[in-house]
Amino acid sequence: MINSLQHLGAYTRNSFSKVGRGTGFLLQTLSYLFSVVARPRLLMAQLYSVGVLSFLIITISGLFVGMVLALQGYYTLSAFGAEASLGVMVAASLVRELGPVVSALLFAGRAGSALTAEIGLMKATEQLSGMEMMAIDPFKRIIAPRFLAGCISMPLLAALFSAIGTLGGYMVGSGLLGLDDGAYWSQMQAKIDFQDDIINGVIKSIVFGFVITWIALFEGYDSVPTSEGVSRSTTRTVVNSAFSILGLDFILTALMFGDH
Amino acid sequence: MQPSRNQDTLVGLFVAAGIAGLFFLSLKVSNLSAFSQDESYTITARFENTGGLKVRSAVSAAGVKIGQVSDIYFDTKTYQAVVTMHINQQYNTLPDDTTASIFTSGLLGEQYVNLEPGGSDSYLTDNGKIDITQPAIILEKAIGQFLFKAAEEKGESKE
Repeated sequence: MINSLQHLGAYTRNSFSKVGRGTGFLLQTLSYLFSVVARPRLLMAQLYSVGVLSFLIITISGLFVGMVLALQGYYTLSAFGAEASLGVMVAASLVRELGPVVSALLFAGRAGSALTAEIGLMKATEQLSGMEMMAIDPFKRIIAPRFLAGCISMPLLAALFSAIGTLGGYMVGSGLLGLDDGAYWSQMQAKIDFQDDIINGVIKSIVFGFVITWIALFEGYDSVPTSEGVSRSTTRTVVNSAFSILGLDFILTALMFGDH
Repeated sequence: MQPSRNQDTLVGLFVAAGIAGLFFLSLKVSNLSAFSQDESYTITARFENTGGLKVRSAVSAAGVKIGQVSDIYFDTKTYQAVVTMHINQQYNTLPDDTTASIFTSGLLGEQYVNLEPGGSDSYLTDNGKIDITQPAIILEKAIGQFLFKAAEEKGESKE
């Protein structure tokens, strides 16, 4: 009994201390963000490994999600004779929810896990301490460029996901199902609002990018420097990112679209 | 130096593709291109009942969209709804005795403001007012009236 209480207490204390360390880590990273601008080479390399390498998975998934949305939406909408609204349905679900959320989940799996593993291994092989010995601040050199690259890539990837998905829905709608393509675009333009839908979707993806990169970098930096520790941190990155994305998405949706 | 330049090109392509995606969403998917506020003029109309009319509902004449509703509020002095509309500048020759009515597109569709031009020689200008309006038809009310009437007729024929 006492033992389990002790465990509970230790667990609670560890969790809170981790949140505290995470916040400190974030503040330290943010304080170095401006120094990244002075070294665009480092940022470019990270934009390549975080953004460009995620490009393919995001575009292909976006295409298929859009096509499936159109197929499924068609069967439901045609029951009400509302096939012409297919474009609205595909675009609204993509721009508001699926674009930011699914691309964030993919981004966490593709780029977030890689970031954690990379930094965790750097820590395990004592490269980070080596840098400190040489008076190079690992935050400046390693963490901050990766953080900024993640925050820049995520909104771009989400926008690509939505755009390609809309095109995929169009391909299925007008090609496979034989819908009127004028109705697809015109109904979409009539219903999708720039401010309410597009901008809010972009805000969502910026928030997700921030949170995923933060979690991934912190888990790597905070990992136990063994091969098992790095593997656990990588798993935690994916799991915690997924939870944060879905939880934050609910809150953001309630805030943005709650009064509609 | 070659691999680094390659990387730069790929990053550049990636950023360009992302921004192109954003542009595509704004211009092709959303209503940003359809209507811009700076080339429009404002008119107001008072209605007894606006039904389900919303901000950004369409304003059309002869079935063509010529503007959108920008504001709806309840006037506590006259107990009427005041609807402000932005009309596209290219349609600036609406007569000042134009009638505004609130219609529903289809049986269950969205509500919109329909403008029926009158025969006056002078035109509506910026901040102009439409005097003749027709409130939205409330379907429940219409059905209620119809049923009431039908029951009344039945009662009369029995007597």
